[in-house]
Amino acid sequence: MSSNQLKIAIVGGGLAGLAAAMKIAEAGYDVDLISVVPVKRSHSVCAQGGINGAVNTKGEGDSPAKHLDDTVYGGDFLANQPPVKRMCDMAPEIIYLFDRMGVPFSRTNEGLLDFRRFGGTLHHRTAFAGASTGQQLLYALDEQVRKWESAGKVTKYEGWEMLSLILDGNRVCRGLVAMNLQSLELKAFKADAVIMATGGPGLIFGKSTNSQTCTGSAVSACYQQGAKYANGEFIQVHPTSIPGEDKLRLMSESARGEGGRVWVPKKPGDTRNPSDIPESERWYFLEEKYPAYGNLVPRDIATREIFQVCLDGYGVGGQNQVYLDLTHIPAETLTRKLGAILEIYEMFVGDDPRYVPMRIFPGVHYSMGGLWVDYEQRTNIPGLFAAGECDYSIHGANRLGANSLVSCVYGGFTAAPAAIDYAKNVVRGDADSGAIYEDEVRKQQEINDSIIKSSGTENQYKIHEELGKVMTDNVTVVRYNDRLKATDDKLLELMDRFKHISINDSNLWATQAVPHARQLWNMLQLARVITLGALNRNESRGAHYKPEFPERNDEEWLKTTIAEFSDEAPVFSYEPVDVSLITPRKRDYSKGKAAK
Amino acid sequence: MTAANGYHTKKRLENPPSTVKFKIQRRERDGAPIYWETFELQYRRNLNVISALMEIRKNPVTVEGKKTTPPVWDMSCLEQVCGICTMVIDGRVRQSCSALVDDLLLASGSDTITLQPMSKFPNIRDLKVDRSEMFEHLKRVHAWIELDGTYPLGPGPHIPNELAQQRYALSRCMTCGCCLEACPQYGDGNYIGPQAIAQARLFNMHPVGKTTIEERLNGLMDDDGITSCGNAQNCVKVCPMNLPLTKAIYETNRDITLNALFGWLDE
Repeated sequence: MSSNQLKIAIVGGGLAGLAAAMKIAEAGYDVDLISVVPVKRSHSVCAQGGINGAVNTKGEGDSPAKHLDDTVYGGDFLANQPPVKRMCDMAPEIIYLFDRMGVPFSRTNEGLLDFRRFGGTLHHRTAFAGASTGQQLLYALDEQVRKWESAGKVTKYEGWEMLSLILDGNRVCRGLVAMNLQSLELKAFKADAVIMATGGPGLIFGKSTNSQTCTGSAVSACYQQGAKYANGEFIQVHPTSIPGEDKLRLMSESARGEGGRVWVPKKPGDTRNPSDIPESERWYFLEEKYPAYGNLVPRDIATREIFQVCLDGYGVGGQNQVYLDLTHIPAETLTRKLGAILEIYEMFVGDDPRYVPMRIFPGVHYSMGGLWVDYEQRTNIPGLFAAGECDYSIHGANRLGANSLVSCVYGGFTAAPAAIDYAKNVVRGDADSGAIYEDEVRKQQEINDSIIKSSGTENQYKIHEELGKVMTDNVTVVRYNDRLKATDDKLLELMDRFKHISINDSNLWATQAVPHARQLWNMLQLARVITLGALNRNESRGAHYKPEFPERNDEEWLKTTIAEFSDEAPVFSYEPVDVSLITPRKRDYSKGKAAK
Repeated sequence: MTAANGYHTKKRLENPPSTVKFKIQRRERDGAPIYWETFELQYRRNLNVISALMEIRKNPVTVEGKKTTPPVWDMSCLEQVCGICTMVIDGRVRQSCSALVDDLLLASGSDTITLQPMSKFPNIRDLKVDRSEMFEHLKRVHAWIELDGTYPLGPGPHIPNELAQQRYALSRCMTCGCCLEACPQYGDGNYIGPQAIAQARLFNMHPVGKTTIEERLNGLMDDDGITSCGNAQNCVKVCPMNLPLTKAIYETNRDITLNALFGWLDE
């Protein structure tokens, strides 16, 4: 069989998935690209602030080495460092590639790419397209992949959801089973390699900044079939989101990057209009506590401070919200640089942020944890790769703003050649007999059938709400061991009740009920990984904060959490972190970074 | 809008009703007959059409007390940036995630909100339609930059900030379909529509994109191409991203004319 007949399946059509698809098609191989929504609507489209790269056009002496140190330090030293270095080295050329693809980045007077400052760094290294950068980057990759689709190299399966991997007798990945979301038809996708690029699991927490497609369901399926899941307990809660009924809408860090200031009235419960509160009666608590980084301290720190301020009763109007104030910046500048996100605020809240300070509160946003991968994006299952938010690499215990977009593309660009190399060179057994494909399809069909036939009194949407509430209450900003244990008990209860749901849709054509039920089960499984991982880790590091163990403890905990599925409960093990490039030091943003 | 105290805030719905009704145009599958069902919900501040549909699907019972199937609709980002949740609400095509119940009730003065699927695209079920033709249009106009390759070649060309801003405005198109729903010429394959023309313009404005302008314009020269635009200007009125669609159409018309007149003079 000529190597050009090789087929690589990519699950997920966001930045990571499209980046991999583009590289594989360019190399001459065929791609099946599977996505629950048309790829142009992937969650990457929501990213707002920008993409990091040490291009150093601001005369600051920036470099990939500084970017590396900022990222590793920002991640509280939990990330394996060599891939982070490779990403930071690659970042400028990634930005330049997007430039050549026609992304309408904001520009300087000379017509060069403009860069702004973002959280956790003192350098301007974030390239941006207004305040909707994720949208423009996603669209650029979507355009390139469409070109390859026209050329016959990429076949898209949009409106299909992956249900499970197809593993042969040696537990080698030979493809996957996916479900057509209109007809509920199941199909086996034979593939010589599979790349997971399915993003984050925000929907486990109910309300988050994530899209409705971000359930983590596909990676949970991989985990349940033997893929290791790493650092699951590290969940980023973004400091500034707009509280809402159905979603927490992100208010980008770039608002602070352009000069936005976080404050609360000094007098608790002050009911005056913010414009009537003079400067002397305002508490700019981030600027006061962190003179060097000010409002751009890393997200975990900003989130904890905002949380604590509200807990102590200083929230605006006594509620869980603080001011993010842009009113001191000229309206024209705000419109030009932040237009997209200001529109979102005005649309959903009704106030114009150019004249009225925004009211925000922290919201679940990103998972640093994900499928375990080696430095070539290979999971522990031969033939299975992962890239983007769904893999655990790069961000350690806390992700810096604007590092996600670059890590997704880096991951896709690294997984692609690794997948091709694997597909070309690995000696495979005779899986082509077909039995393993039919068997897995049959197995998945039986699960679907049992869900359709199930006739209990439980409601899957109610179970999902309860899941979101218990996870948000107990497994986000502040963690206590007794509450984590109680959460796992609750998860077991929800899993039991799940077995008694009855889907309330008798019309199976294009029903939401069956896909949602499949996702819900997988979310419950992954929720245990997150909760129990947090329970085990008795230290505080990055986004993981336990008042009972408030310090970082490198001696006992400088290690990666690894979870493996078993019917009883996730089985945990740990592996040391590769800190060969930068020796861990204390993480303290109050004075400017501590010297190396 | 500016209030008397200098605050810029939207008009608020005073004295909201205790319940809100949603009258939904439904259909079990393509080809099945259309039918209507109405659902009633408790009013809550900050309700939008999607959060209302999420409430309905938990326990779908009509106002007449009849247990029924949950209405099906598309949703993803919930913040008007992915373009998936387009539907016709109180007769106007728009994104449903940003359709705030307060605003709809203020505008209509009634306590009932009507939801219908877009009419210009094949209806899959209830409020869900198939917009894959919009992505096919993008292939016709070669809506991409032809790269030499994705290997490192340094930065792209210098682009003045003003041009970058204009391109940014067109790059916001989220393929939602509002412009095609509103366009009187669009439907039954008569006209490619403003969406594809504006995307062609986006790439024709780029220094490298311009080198393949002919291939792009070829996609617009057939009977269903740009000549089918009747200048109704509905598209700009409904575009949720405020794309300068009519400007893109007339600039592309000009490109076609210039290309036809002077194309043969290319060195």
